Amino acid sequence: MSSAKALAEAAPVTPLRPEIVRDRMTAHGGTIVEKPLSTLELLYNQAWLRKLLILFVLASIWEIYGRYLDNDLLFPTFTSTLAAFFRGVADGTLPLRAWGSVKILLVGYGIGIVLATLLTGLAIASRIGTDFLETMTSMLNPLPAIALLPLALIWFGLGNGSLIFVLVHSVTWAIALNTHSGFLSVSRTLTMVGRNYGLSGASLIRKILIPAAFPSILTGLKVGWAFAWRTLIAAELVFGVSSGSGGLGWFIFENKNMLDIPNVFAGLLTVILIGLVVENLIFQTIERHTIRRWGMQA
Amino acid sequence: MGLNQPLLEVDGVTLQYKTPHHLITATYKVSFDVLLGDRFVLLGPSGCGKSTLLKAVGGYMAPTEGEIRLKGQAVTGPGPDRMMVFQEFDQLLPWKTVKQNVVFALEASGRLTGRAAEERAMAYIDKVNLTKFVDSFPHMLSGGMKQRVAIARGMAMEPDILLMDEPFAALDALTRRRMQDELLALWDETRFTVLFVTHSIPEAIKIGSRILLLSPHPGEVKAELNSVGAPGEQAGLENRIQQMLFAEEIKEAENV
Repeated sequence: MSSAKALAEAAPVTPLRPEIVRDRMTAHGGTIVEKPLSTLELLYNQAWLRKLLILFVLASIWEIYGRYLDNDLLFPTFTSTLAAFFRGVADGTLPLRAWGSVKILLVGYGIGIVLATLLTGLAIASRIGTDFLETMTSMLNPLPAIALLPLALIWFGLGNGSLIFVLVHSVTWAIALNTHSGFLSVSRTLTMVGRNYGLSGASLIRKILIPAAFPSILTGLKVGWAFAWRTLIAAELVFGVSSGSGGLGWFIFENKNMLDIPNVFAGLLTVILIGLVVENLIFQTIERHTIRRWGMQA
Repeated sequence: MGLNQPLLEVDGVTLQYKTPHHLITATYKVSFDVLLGDRFVLLGPSGCGKSTLLKAVGGYMAPTEGEIRLKGQAVTGPGPDRMMVFQEFDQLLPWKTVKQNVVFALEASGRLTGRAAEERAMAYIDKVNLTKFVDSFPHMLSGGMKQRVAIARGMAMEPDILLMDEPFAALDALTRRRMQDELLALWDETRFTVLFVTHSIPEAIKIGSRILLLSPHPGEVKAELNSVGAPGEQAGLENRIQQMLFAEEIKEAENV
């Protein structure tokens, strides 16, 4: 008690200050609350415009270096590549070859998704299913699909069968792994909410788990797509597996043999373009309409 | 169901759960009855098993001893006749709007479909004053608004009993007070039965019509009290509860 008194005496006396209450806010109507950004700022806020700028710079560097080298056999310029590309598009060979590749890709991708769904369904339903999925993914996910190609060639022969086999292999594990980890990370509260509604088993998976795990599932689909695309082009290119039907990789391979390097670059450009379109149009549209809209991803 | 038969009977319930290294007894032989229209509060410090008890009533875990009966029927699993309102803000489905969240609950449980579900959903969303936000997604709402949606969803299902697991604990003090007032106003309107878990003594006194006091480790019934309405008596009750919970050492009152 006495120490508290001593403390009070030692402390400086704060003077009593008048209270302040303001009736009218000066900022009201006086200052700018909302103001549109300038045109330049608005343009710079567009992600596609910024990306276009980057592409433009890269293309310019390519063009300049190509002209400096001046050797179409080693490194054709951007313009001659474009010319070869448009020639290929105009005479219909490039779209035909691209469609040949994409068709097989879609089949392999589709089968892979179905397989991955079955595997994760099993993994969610039972503990032994989880163990099976974990063992299989840890064994087979690191195994490059291309490494299986020689075997596939023996089993399925030269042609689409082998291609689809390696595609399924490259897609399934990536999707299954991501989907499963997505299911595991669904919050307990959400599952409890679903069970509260009387949902269980397949309806709980369909109505609660799949949408809640959608960010991971989408990542799995994207990774699976990239793996599949790479595997396919490599298989066509290195082994000429699709020489019968003729995909994009085979187009590159043929033109290399004929030393038509601008056409090789045009083929590569097509591979890149298809990758860009799928990533930026298809997957980003899905993202914008789902996980971004739901606030699951910034 | 006779007038005197309780709506919910918790009869000598012992709850145990396993952690990787221990078997933990959360509650030991807890018994209480909830009557129709009760605002029944489970109050106690952390570790008294009140949330575990609520989960058992919700059907998420089975008692190792004793029985929980709703309208005379033993509780065996989760179901829409006992709607839970959780503490967590992530209890709303993020891929559905406010309205879809409420409608989905009605449709998934098979209570109502189509237009009827939509009308009921809108009616209860209106009750919690969120009509302006029916088409917003949960991530656009504040914590208090999310909890109001969860309450609207719970009430729209018109369950036999609404189970609330510290629904306001994660809110700031000002919002929490407003939500408590709103909940009481809603109760005045519809007279639903609610089982409410909290660790805040003032909240228990304010929300509850009857308060079950649990002591920790393991949770056992310490007392079952009637709450009082008059503000003058509330302070007295608060003191009494504190005396009981903290025996001789009287701690500082929680600021709620």
